[in-house]
Amino acid sequence: MTVSQDNSAGGVTEYVTIMIGEQLFGLPIARVQDVFMPERLTRVPLASREVAGVLNLRGRIVTAIDMRARLGLPNAASDRPAMAVGVDLRGESYGLLIDSIGEVLKLADDSREVNPVNLDPRMAKMAAGVHRLDGQLMVVLDVDRVLEISSDLRAA
Amino acid sequence: MDDLLKEFLTETNESLDVVDNQLVRFEQEPNNAKILDNIFRLVHTIKGTCGFLDLPRLETLAHAAETLMGKFRDGMPATGEAVTLILTTIDRIKEILAQLEATQAEPKGADEDLIDRLHTMAEGAHAEHAAAEIPVVQAPVAEAPASTQGTLVHQVLERPLRPGEVSLDELERAFRETEAEVKPAPAPVQQAAPVKAADKPAANKTVKKTVVENDAAEAERVSNQSIRVNVDTLEHLMTMVSELVLTRNQLLEISRRNEDTEFKVPLQRLSNVTAELQEGVMKTRMQPIGNAWQKLPRVVRDLAAELGKRIDLEMHGADTELDRQVLDLIKDPLTHMVRNSADHGLEGPEERARAGKPEQGTIRLSAYHEGGHIIICIADNGRGLNTERIKAKAIANGLATEADLERMTEAQIHKFIFAPGFSTAAEVTSVSGRGVGMDVVRTNIDQIGGTIDVKSVAGEGASVTVKIPLTLAIVSALIVEAAGERFAIPQLSVIELVRARANSDHRIERIKDTPVLRLRNKLLPLIHLKKLLKLDDDVGAIDPENGFIVVTQVGNQTFGIVVDGVFHTEEIVVKPMSTKLRHINMFSGNTILGDGAVIMIVDPNGIAQALGTSVASQHEIVDENAANRGGAAEQLTSLLVFRAGSAQPKAVPLALITRLEEISSDKIELSNGRYMVQYREQLMPLVQMDGVEVATSGVQPILVFADDGRTMGLVVDEIVDIVEERLAIEVTSGRDGILGSAVIKGRATEVIDVGHFLPMAFADWFNRREMKPSASAQSILLVDDSAFFRNMLAPVLKAAGYRVRVATNAQEGLIALRSGEEFDAVLTDIEMPDMNGFEFAETIRADQKLNDVPIIALSSMISPAAIERGRQAGFHDYVAKFDRPGLIAALKEQTSDLNRAA
Repeated sequence: MTVSQDNSAGGVTEYVTIMIGEQLFGLPIARVQDVFMPERLTRVPLASREVAGVLNLRGRIVTAIDMRARLGLPNAASDRPAMAVGVDLRGESYGLLIDSIGEVLKLADDSREVNPVNLDPRMAKMAAGVHRLDGQLMVVLDVDRVLEISSDLRAA
Repeated sequence: MDDLLKEFLTETNESLDVVDNQLVRFEQEPNNAKILDNIFRLVHTIKGTCGFLDLPRLETLAHAAETLMGKFRDGMPATGEAVTLILTTIDRIKEILAQLEATQAEPKGADEDLIDRLHTMAEGAHAEHAAAEIPVVQAPVAEAPASTQGTLVHQVLERPLRPGEVSLDELERAFRETEAEVKPAPAPVQQAAPVKAADKPAANKTVKKTVVENDAAEAERVSNQSIRVNVDTLEHLMTMVSELVLTRNQLLEISRRNEDTEFKVPLQRLSNVTAELQEGVMKTRMQPIGNAWQKLPRVVRDLAAELGKRIDLEMHGADTELDRQVLDLIKDPLTHMVRNSADHGLEGPEERARAGKPEQGTIRLSAYHEGGHIIICIADNGRGLNTERIKAKAIANGLATEADLERMTEAQIHKFIFAPGFSTAAEVTSVSGRGVGMDVVRTNIDQIGGTIDVKSVAGEGASVTVKIPLTLAIVSALIVEAAGERFAIPQLSVIELVRARANSDHRIERIKDTPVLRLRNKLLPLIHLKKLLKLDDDVGAIDPENGFIVVTQVGNQTFGIVVDGVFHTEEIVVKPMSTKLRHINMFSGNTILGDGAVIMIVDPNGIAQALGTSVASQHEIVDENAANRGGAAEQLTSLLVFRAGSAQPKAVPLALITRLEEISSDKIELSNGRYMVQYREQLMPLVQMDGVEVATSGVQPILVFADDGRTMGLVVDEIVDIVEERLAIEVTSGRDGILGSAVIKGRATEVIDVGHFLPMAFADWFNRREMKPSASAQSILLVDDSAFFRNMLAPVLKAAGYRVRVATNAQEGLIALRSGEEFDAVLTDIEMPDMNGFEFAETIRADQKLNDVPIIALSSMISPAAIERGRQAGFHDYVAKFDRPGLIAALKEQTSDLNRAA
């Protein structure tokens, strides 16, 4: 990954764009470990709906997060998620299940706007602002907050 | 410098632990010069290194302790007081070391208090030892610095020879030994021949030198055979080997699927090498359990001193090895349990003397391997657990009601010590009894997949047995399937596998909605894995009668996990659950199987807990002998409810029934006016209850009774249910075949008298026994508060040729016994109101006129503890209530014994 480690200093951040539902999201590329096809997903009984299951990625056990459930979007038509974005948090591996992956965009930080006040609260919790692109909006996802699901679990 | 300091800290801490140990041993064997030499050398090394690293405070302390120990070597008696002082000094050194480790600098502070005491002790000893020779004492002391300097100079000269430090040590030692030699022959030499005195150490030194070199060479050889490896390095190695094992498993899986033989041979080789490598790496992690015990002699010694007790600590199997990780986890629990034994278990010397025991109490620690586990046992010969105190505490803590406790066995009550916040020490001592006791121990042991059990005999002592796996990283697991998903169940807790099928001996039965399995006369609570894990999206998916049952044991709890399929066992590498999933306590981790799939490792502890809350709260069937309930909990009896002849339900104790069958009606034959069926290659007569028609089409439900090789079938209309009820026959019946009516599940139900139907199948069912010997009928007193059992047993006994007198409670029984009527044996129930069977037996035993009557206990509560209790109470035998052949056999044995004796 040839990415500038610094997200903000140069005033430019690179995002991996992903599609979940009909919505475009961006993940800071520095946080993305890899992109893979989720195979042989083992569902975990009694886990919250947002944890799609666990899978073996080259000998590591990766916890797959169902991003649609996480974002409060309806389930996908096909039950096999097409893609997953691998991210790490505190030494553990996670795979965010998404519909498709797009290009990498380099965007100026000062063009990022704060979340619209009427953004869906579930989404707003995980969004770190919005970029206006040609004809569509890209919601920037904050990986740490996307993975903040332990408290939800206890409630579930 | 940093590395040096680190090395110093590790080494010194280790040495100090050894010193602790050795000192305690030395105190016990004050004449063992070898131990003293060891201690001396260790302390001396510490002192020397401190000087080298410029740690003046430590050096002074070590020096002062060394001086005192030097006196021991000179023959001063090692009093408890002196040893305590040295131990205190070592504690101080440890404190300083701890701070040194934290701050990298020797902490400020003064140790004059200790040093003064050490000196006083040393001086005092001198004074005592050499009371009359005060001038003599002065001389060597004065001489000491001079000689020391001398050797130091010498040392400098010998520098190129190396190794410097060891030589220094040995030189000092040489000097000291000389001093010791000088001592016995003092006065004349002192002033008169200073030259000679100075010569002597020198001469001695050279002699010593060669010895030193030999020693050093020896030491070198030993140290060359072992190296220090950072724990992290080992951990990493272990992880990598685990990965290798997984990959190997994956490859094996692939090769199994492909017939391609090209890979098979190298793969086999790889497999073997991997296995060896795994074993080798595991070995590096293995440490003798003695490492965890090292601190115990000191702990016990201090406790004994503090509590004024005399305690001997025996340790067996200290070289038993187990995984470092496991060792770390059990270190504290072990210490705690040993403290407990010393504090609560063992009595003071006076109390022991009064109880007729040796004044010195013993704590025995033992460890050994068994299967893939290590068993550690901590036993003491103290007073045992205080059942009454535990009871009181259990009530106070709201863990059980008085009524609950009444029904529990001692062993069950003792288990309360593992409940959170349970400490029975009346006073909180500094030693134990802080309320964070055995529950913490249990939690720690649970965590590593171990089990813990306690046994106690009042007045004789208590023992705690801990069973833990050798390692945590790789476990053998049973791979099972539930709802299409695979799961791993650690083999450690699996006792056996049972295949349950409808119409077989092992059949899943239901008590209300709770599935149970009757396994070797015990009811095993069952839990469907898919139900537990909420995998049964499709409710109909659970096959009510079929399935594989994984019989699992956690602590004393045995239960069956029902799964859809069982594959094989596999060595799996336990990987921790993701933090997002760690709250699910049904799983202890996950793993990657040979085929690359990730599966969950089921945590039997979690299941036991779930079972405890969902099932045990309704039915107390969690304990190992579910039969307990029959007597222990409100005399619950499993009853089979069926319909025969009338709309009113009928019931019969399930335990009397051998099997339930549904026989196709075309198999039923009419022969000689009686219905028969070929059943298990025998002709089984069928008996109808009044008003029951034998089905002419479809299937015919039959209750099969078997006894002594004979089988009969009771034809009924419909089998309704199996219920657990308190059986109280409220209205007795005049009708043949019906004992009376009882309310079962809110409906008046007729309880049938099996004894009535059996002779209908074989006229001689009971009579044939009557034909057997015992012409002069022996008489039996049957005591049971349950009308049902009286009614059931009395005919059985009569049929077996005994005269029977019944009593409805213990008092009535005693009256009968004391009335002058002679009984050849007493048969009594255990669970009775007012006076229970144990008390009844004790009363009989206490009565001189009656004490030779054999007493047989009849109980639904058969557990080793109960049997032991029974033996103590004076029972000759202990028979399960429904075990008719057993009962007759026991009676025969007891009464014939009597005949022989008479």
